[in-house]
Amino acid sequence: MKASLIALARDAISSLRDLLPVVLVITVFQMFVFHTPASGLMSLAAGGFLVVAGLTFFIFGLRLALFPIGEGLAHALAKKGSVFWLVLFAFALGFGTTIAEPALIAVAAEAAEVAAGADAIVWSAESQNSYALGLRMTVALAVGVALVVGVVRILANWSLPIMIISGYFLVILLTTIAPKDIIGIAYDLGGVTTSTVTVPLVTALGVGLASSLKGRNPMTDGFGLIAFASLTPILFVLVYGIIVQWS
Amino acid sequence: MELIVSSIGFIANSAVDVLPIAIFLFAFQRLVIGGPMPNRKQILVGFLFVVIGLGLFLAGLEQTLFPLGRLMAKQLTDPEFLQAVAGQGASALVWQDYYWVYLFALAIAFSTTLAEPALIAVSMKANMVSGGAIGVWGLRVAVAIGAGVGVSLGCFRIITGLPLHYFIGAAYLVVIVQTAIAPKMIVPLAYDSGGVTTSTVTVPIVTALGLGLAEAIPGRSPLLDGFGLVAFAALFPIISVLAYGQFAAFKNRVSKSDPDERDPEQENNHAL
Repeated sequence: MKASLIALARDAISSLRDLLPVVLVITVFQMFVFHTPASGLMSLAAGGFLVVAGLTFFIFGLRLALFPIGEGLAHALAKKGSVFWLVLFAFALGFGTTIAEPALIAVAAEAAEVAAGADAIVWSAESQNSYALGLRMTVALAVGVALVVGVVRILANWSLPIMIISGYFLVILLTTIAPKDIIGIAYDLGGVTTSTVTVPLVTALGVGLASSLKGRNPMTDGFGLIAFASLTPILFVLVYGIIVQWS
Repeated sequence: MELIVSSIGFIANSAVDVLPIAIFLFAFQRLVIGGPMPNRKQILVGFLFVVIGLGLFLAGLEQTLFPLGRLMAKQLTDPEFLQAVAGQGASALVWQDYYWVYLFALAIAFSTTLAEPALIAVSMKANMVSGGAIGVWGLRVAVAIGAGVGVSLGCFRIITGLPLHYFIGAAYLVVIVQTAIAPKMIVPLAYDSGGVTTSTVTVPIVTALGLGLAEAIPGRSPLLDGFGLVAFAALFPIISVLAYGQFAAFKNRVSKSDPDERDPEQENNHAL
């Protein structure tokens, strides 16, 4: 109990340090560029307290739950030795955590509006909804596939740089034939998909897997899953845009 | 009082987000691996902390950083402010007149990236896995510099109206060259750090900045040009983290006269 409290206090101090730069930037710009005096200091202080407390709790919980569960399952799956279950687990984790991602839902709705505005789809609530849902499914599928490819890469010991670089080469190739209005959205979606809860889990999965396989180095083989998860949504969404344009 | 109500709302939301993941993991353990979850009590407590922490974090951001960030993005891109700074009319504004925008983009993307919980998580893991060779703080500063430079450059792109894929293509060329010469151990981590930067804290502010800029600048469409900033924030950290690895390896080489005599184990421990 006492050890936990000390760990929590230490996390709180790091959280304060992590948030200090943002506070400084905001204050300096408010005072010297906009010359607006800070208003509602009490509410700002209360909100700031919540941010520090929240970050502290999150990091604390991360060490207790997200890291051990990700690594534990990776070890257990490696010991079980079944590629089928490992692949299924990776796909379900990627697809499941992405389909409900709030940031993705927001961007997909905006993207549907863009598409309707550009006459890529019919301007009606119904067609916009189906476009947004299609986009979300596409991205979730992309992240699921990304984790599968990433896990298989760790098992088969394929070269990460070659895979990622040829992936981005494909992205640039597709960009030249994709409809203009989807490009910015596709590129942005690559970054949006990897959420705060998914990243630690996925990282722990990769590192856990690489450290339980013989001849793999967790440093060079364990990382890279997130890289796939930010690449495939761009590819898949560009393809989605091309298909929607054709049909 | 209002804050307490909104916090509870945010905690409920984060529970809704996290619960399906937790249920999936527990079900997978029970049905596929077999047997109960190891350290079940610790993991349940940990999930509780994650849910409450994420909820409070977002409630606090919604109270402080998000409205301020959006307001500042709006003020900065307000044509009146820009004309007052440049001392001339809107039609005469050239890309150099937007220097406050570049500076703000750099500073805000740098500082919000440092506060990104997903990045903290990955740095902690990298630090553990590398046996302390990769510093938690060093990696995060490297990522934050990349995000800052990237978003700043992304603003330049919106202002000048140059095509997005020129920048992305050029940046990837740099990544390819760096990959060939950077120390092998940093490469996968560098690729990962791109996706990690753009998460809870950075995306809302950067998106607001992009949309505000695209609205304020004549000839830009917020729908077409407002997007794409996140891509910059996700791409440039790859370059800066690779550079961080190269710099550390270079320092290591300077301090050791004969590089062939280094044993790899030691290199791992001192390189970064």
